[in-house]
Amino acid sequence: MNEKEIKFLEESFKKYYFDHFDLIHVPERTSEREFGYQKFNSGMARHISLKDDKELHLLLMQNIPSDVYCSNAYYSFPNLSMKEKDWKEADLIFDIDAKDLHLDCRKNHCITKCNECSQISKVTDVCQKCKSTKLETKSLPCNNCIEASKNEVIKLQNILVEDLGIEKNNIHVYFSGNEGFHVYVYNSQFQEVGSRERSELVDYIMFKGAIPETFGMKKIKPNRASFPNFEDKGWKGRFAKEIFGSKSKRSKVISELISVGYSNFQKNLETLSGKIGAQIDPNVTMDIHRIFRLPGSLNSKSGLTKIFCKDLKTFDPYSDSSFLDENSVEIKANCPVEFKLRKKKFGPFYDEQITVPTYAAAYMICKNLATIY
Amino acid sequence: MITLGKDEIAKYPFLADAGQYLKDKGFTLQQFGKDPDLKLSVEKALNRVQVSADGKIYKSDLIDGEASKDYVLEREVFSFLLAIVLLKLTGMSTLIKRFSLAEARRAEKYLERDLANITDESKKELAVRIIDDLFSIQIKKLDDYFIIPISNYLTHSINFHEREWKLINRHVENGFVFLTPHETVRLIRKELGNYINSKIINAKTPSMIPGFEEPVAKLVSLSKKFVTHSVTTGEYPPCIKHAIEILEKGENLPHSGRFMLATFLLSRNQTVQQIAPLFKNAPDYNEKVTLYQLNHLAGTSGSGTQYSCPSCEKLKTQNLCFPVPECNTIFNPLQFGKKERK
Ligand SMILES: [Zn+2]
Ligand SMILES: [Zn+2]
Repeated sequence: MNEKEIKFLEESFKKYYFDHFDLIHVPERTSEREFGYQKFNSGMARHISLKDDKELHLLLMQNIPSDVYCSNAYYSFPNLSMKEKDWKEADLIFDIDAKDLHLDCRKNHCITKCNECSQISKVTDVCQKCKSTKLETKSLPCNNCIEASKNEVIKLQNILVEDLGIEKNNIHVYFSGNEGFHVYVYNSQFQEVGSRERSELVDYIMFKGAIPETFGMKKIKPNRASFPNFEDKGWKGRFAKEIFGSKSKRSKVISELISVGYSNFQKNLETLSGKIGAQIDPNVTMDIHRIFRLPGSLNSKSGLTKIFCKDLKTFDPYSDSSFLDENSVEIKANCPVEFKLRKKKFGPFYDEQITVPTYAAAYMICKNLATIY
Repeated sequence: MITLGKDEIAKYPFLADAGQYLKDKGFTLQQFGKDPDLKLSVEKALNRVQVSADGKIYKSDLIDGEASKDYVLEREVFSFLLAIVLLKLTGMSTLIKRFSLAEARRAEKYLERDLANITDESKKELAVRIIDDLFSIQIKKLDDYFIIPISNYLTHSINFHEREWKLINRHVENGFVFLTPHETVRLIRKELGNYINSKIINAKTPSMIPGFEEPVAKLVSLSKKFVTHSVTTGEYPPCIKHAIEILEKGENLPHSGRFMLATFLLSRNQTVQQIAPLFKNAPDYNEKVTLYQLNHLAGTSGSGTQYSCPSCEKLKTQNLCFPVPECNTIFNPLQFGKKERK
């Protein structure tokens, strides 16, 4: 990104922060959190502690960060080095990202940009112009991506409530501002558990590491009665619903399962993980020292806001998270994929000089698909 | 703490206050060394330790389900308490560890039986309370199962490698893991062993009691089988050797002693990773804290200054100095064994 684009984004971001203080708040137990931020084209500043909203707003106005972060962990001394912080506990947190779902639609809305000659094209392994393989991929997620991600959030919520005993009002879902959702769990029995324990929770939620015996299958003489039932709680019930399809097929399917044998059953379980397990990013949940994008702040990958989803079903990220202003900007856009913001369609643009509202211009500039004219 | 009946204390003797128990029964350790009848208990105690050193569980005289005779119960408790006395007099951490593990396995059986007891509610309640008091695990009975909060379960289960202990392979519902009595007890085996171990480590070492010399000598020679070779290489000064010995026995080395040992070894170019295992036997060992403190001393964290080994003079005031003739010419342990400067 060049100076002109950075200046434009900084001005737009600053205006957003000034106009929308109501959307950006420090989390509870502020003084125990670590904050961090990044400026355009510069490194990360971490180990910052803040007292209240006022200090946060001051930081935003003084530094005009491209991204702002806050820990899910609570520390005695959040502003000291990692070793000296004295970790106390951390909210349980999950990241669901459309790019991890390997959806078929992605090839339609991913763009590769050549780092050598700046050629922009639909997804490819080699630059069509200069044959370079140094490519960077940008995605302009579609509705299908969002619906699929929402579906994973719902799977996760069900497991959290039914199996892990989390109260529904302690689960908060945020749109990340780009391609996915962040799910926060507050005040649970897991606040104080460490990384290894969280990793076990991840395997549970993703349905990983299951053994056939858990679902009634044995190497020798499996007993039909020990296979799961439709009414069973937890994974047994979900397994039954997925594998049997309907109650009436249970008996028939069990016969099939027994006849194909133990090791095939094990393989089945592994395949099932991709279907019935919630597709979360394991590293994010296991890391108890990470800092996360602060709700209400802008995502510099899109110019959209990370925002709380009051009602996930009706939530439309591309209108509900777009807050930059409408002032017209002249840009040169090279964005071969159509996208929609605030219910308005934009593009495709093929190296065109166009005039668009700030929020759309910022979206393309953040993705490196446009320059200020 | 929990009040125990006679048969309960025989099953879970590690819950008893050793000194108080003997006093209440009107005995002193000296009597066990002299009185031929009481000496039987010392022999039983020796046997109890020997069996555990072999990796086996001591076969008690308790008959489950039947009310054993009072003197049988008493002898059972005595042999446990005397075993601790013998172990303290022997002073070998490996024997203590093996004994603790075997005793934990033995208690495990009783705990499991008590948990599964459906005719006597009080037995079940006692087992539940022991698990709560000792390990802060709140288990609750639900139908045929015991249920335990998932977070509690995980802190224990992550140390198991078998896949059946993975959370995904457990019945999980509404924030709880469902376990059988056997699984419940299996979950705390290691902690039970650690509990007994630390209780022995923290017990006071008595001076030798007439009549105990022979069993102690037997245990000393038995323990030679288990001596592990430590990092002690090269000629260390006596103060350092002494500190390492204390740690190897699993005894408590004061903070000043740990400081001396760590700074000395760091100056001899040992790494934090090489030094940390030395502290593993310490009764209050915590890997995270130890590494943090060592890194601090090494100057790899915090202020960035490396601390140096204290002078002999300073160590004398801290009762850490055990001089040999060679020490006469040096004023810091680091100079030990080096040629005198010209
Ligand atoms: Zn190119
Ligand atoms: Zn898509």
